[in-house]
Amino acid sequence: MGLIRFLALRLGKGILVLFAIAVLNFLLVRAAPGDPAQVMAGEAGAADAVFLEQLRERFGLDRPLPEQLWVYIKGYSTLDLGFSYRQQRPVAEVIFERLPATLLLTGAAFGLSLVLGVVLGALAARRVGRASDSAITVAALIFYATPLFWIALMSQVVFSLKLGWLPNVGYETIGANLTGAARALDIGRHLVLPAVTLGLFFTALYARMMRASMLEVAGADFVKTAHAKGLSPAVVTRRHMARNAILPVVTLAGVQAGQLVGGAVLTETVFAWPGIGRLMYEALVQRDYSVLLGVFFISSAMVILFNLVTDLLYRVVDPRIEGGA
Amino acid sequence: MPSLRIATAAAFVSLLALGSSAGWAQAPKRGGTVHAIVTPEPPMLMQGLSQTGPTNMVAGNIYESLLRFDEKLNPQPSLARSWEVTDGAKVYTFKLQPNVKWHDGKPFSAEDVVFTLDKFLREVHPRWRPIANAQVEKIEQLDAETVRITLKQPFGPLLFAMEVASAPIVPKHVYEGTDYKANPMNNTPIGTGPFKLKEWKRGSYIHLVRNEDYWIKDKPALDEVFWQIIPDAASRAVAYETGKVDVLTGGSVDIFDVPRLAQLPNTCVTTKGWEMFAPHAWITVNHRNGILGNKQFRQGLMHAIDREFGKDVVWNGYGKIPTGPISSKTKFYSDDVKKYDYDVKKARDLIKQSGYKGETIKFLALPYGETWTRWAEAVKQNFAEVGVNLEIVTTDVPGWVQKTSDWDFDLTFNFLYQLGDPAIGVSRSYVSSNIAKGNPFGNVGGYSNPEADKFFADAAVAATEAERQTLYTKVQQILAEDLPVLWLLEMDFPTIHRCNVKNLVTTAIGVNDGFRDAWKE
Repeated sequence: MGLIRFLALRLGKGILVLFAIAVLNFLLVRAAPGDPAQVMAGEAGAADAVFLEQLRERFGLDRPLPEQLWVYIKGYSTLDLGFSYRQQRPVAEVIFERLPATLLLTGAAFGLSLVLGVVLGALAARRVGRASDSAITVAALIFYATPLFWIALMSQVVFSLKLGWLPNVGYETIGANLTGAARALDIGRHLVLPAVTLGLFFTALYARMMRASMLEVAGADFVKTAHAKGLSPAVVTRRHMARNAILPVVTLAGVQAGQLVGGAVLTETVFAWPGIGRLMYEALVQRDYSVLLGVFFISSAMVILFNLVTDLLYRVVDPRIEGGA
Repeated sequence: MPSLRIATAAAFVSLLALGSSAGWAQAPKRGGTVHAIVTPEPPMLMQGLSQTGPTNMVAGNIYESLLRFDEKLNPQPSLARSWEVTDGAKVYTFKLQPNVKWHDGKPFSAEDVVFTLDKFLREVHPRWRPIANAQVEKIEQLDAETVRITLKQPFGPLLFAMEVASAPIVPKHVYEGTDYKANPMNNTPIGTGPFKLKEWKRGSYIHLVRNEDYWIKDKPALDEVFWQIIPDAASRAVAYETGKVDVLTGGSVDIFDVPRLAQLPNTCVTTKGWEMFAPHAWITVNHRNGILGNKQFRQGLMHAIDREFGKDVVWNGYGKIPTGPISSKTKFYSDDVKKYDYDVKKARDLIKQSGYKGETIKFLALPYGETWTRWAEAVKQNFAEVGVNLEIVTTDVPGWVQKTSDWDFDLTFNFLYQLGDPAIGVSRSYVSSNIAKGNPFGNVGGYSNPEADKFFADAAVAATEAERQTLYTKVQQILAEDLPVLWLLEMDFPTIHRCNVKNLVTTAIGVNDGFRDAWKE
């Protein structure tokens, strides 16, 4: 099957799925108790019937539900994500101003965990049964099993409070007015704790998967052949084993990459990182429907996109694979 | 025309205060930056349109109203330099400060005040609207510096309605003839206050800078204030400990962290600056649901709750046990009422007499964090001791608001601000005219007593403070007997700050308008 046909089919399916998700999201969000007008009244500690009526009219909540759904679908079909009445700004603006921070965090965590996970996993596999293997396996198990928020808080206590090495919250030093390289360095220092915290979990996953996969490949005939040919163990590991063992890791990486946009709620909250995950959580708590649906839409679009990219990558990593749509 | 000249006296006192505050301590040092916490992130900073706690905290330093209030709730000049109450307390005349400019450089005048009170807030403000419609006959401009409000009848709390969250003065030239709620200027608020909005980096901080044209010479002292937004309470505490933040505003860290933070060097803790709000916590009782409509049963429950334990253990000793609906921190409080000590035997007797047969009572928890959860568990234990079965129902904030508004609960926690005067902040929870679905701050329990209704109504419009006191004392006696709700705590929200941030809390709303006078050593 040709690449073009494959892509066209997958994209077509993707758009259908996206549409279904959008409708489902709309209904799900509305199933939660309370509405944005009630939340705002609750926060204000004061309200009367007129106040709630005014808000509902403004938010369009006084219209029948099918009509609201229609307005929403119509808007999305022209890539108009709507308007957040709570923030008094277009949803696209609200989301896109948060995107860079999130991509920086999740991207750094992604890169860190992928590289570290693959290297550690391969290393553990080569030294299977020895002390270094045990150390890597135990560490991976610990980080896999420990709740993220606990690691997040403890890292703040140790590295910010006790040692004073790194800032505990935020994206950059507020009020420092840094520019250029100094600002990049400052953001980098703020990035370390959240990125490592977020990355550790996936590092553990990749390491475990890579190790298991390497060990499976180690017994294969072509590896024995490579050794018999007299290739050095390093070359066999790199060129013959790793290349074959990495396929399941690519699958998992595809899943993680799909979450690059929406998957860091907890880390962003604990480290006060001004990203999309927090935006989504706050929109949920505030029943800011339009922002919530906007984030859902963009995250699901990313998942679909990265699934496609992963499938394309399979072909590169392993040319034997012909993508089936 | 008989004239009550309270205004001149108050203005004189406050001039003394202004003069002396500079005199008795060191002179305020000019310059410096303060980092404070605001949590959660405010939805917007246009104070006329949003009355959420976080909005008020930041915007009270951008906008101003006619009056400020000291810690004893006495009115002080702000945009009004003096005021006069005449005609049997029916006519209020406010003299405005001269030479006040809006943040965009346009001059401020009586026109703005009349527009704000008569048009803008009457349309959008949930607390001013009912006052304006029920009490006010007309609001007019006498000259560029004078505004007169004529009432239909005397209305004791009118001056309290001139506080900045209740009546922030907004610029007529920005809002007249526009759709107020859709005005694009709502995102770049224009006030007359000591600070201007420089930048709002969503999710990170709100940056205020000194208003160089502020109408009080040499104020504010601070160059800038950053309101930091940090969503996690434990991270906020660490941010203070590591020096990122100078001021932890009330409620921004868990109450059990306060004693630990208070031990840190250069750290001051104060519970002042909340007198206007005087948050009053209680268990709302749904009188419609079976046994809960029975007075003896409610009295039994009140005796069953160990309120001292709640205060000392759950709230770490902060707060005071209330005796009735009116907070002892505000005016018109009386302790000449029936009291309910913690007495398991009395509780058991009363509950037995009430005819309670062991039915399960559902307690809707308040989803405002760890402390409230612990408190709910403590109450459950107290009730279990006297044989009352409590089932705790959990939800999130919107769910709580909806269930409370729709009367879908047996018992639930709530805490309400008293807002300076019982006619504004107290009566709303007990009068039968306020029994309506759709609003969590009405009389959601459905308590109804014509006698109490009448005393509340009369007290609001009584001409003198003495008459009002008599009526409010009677109301407190009736309610303490009936127990429409179970009062638990006059809450304190301690503000933690570095001691070298001086003069931060000097009014009844604390940091909400405190940066005008604050300075950094």
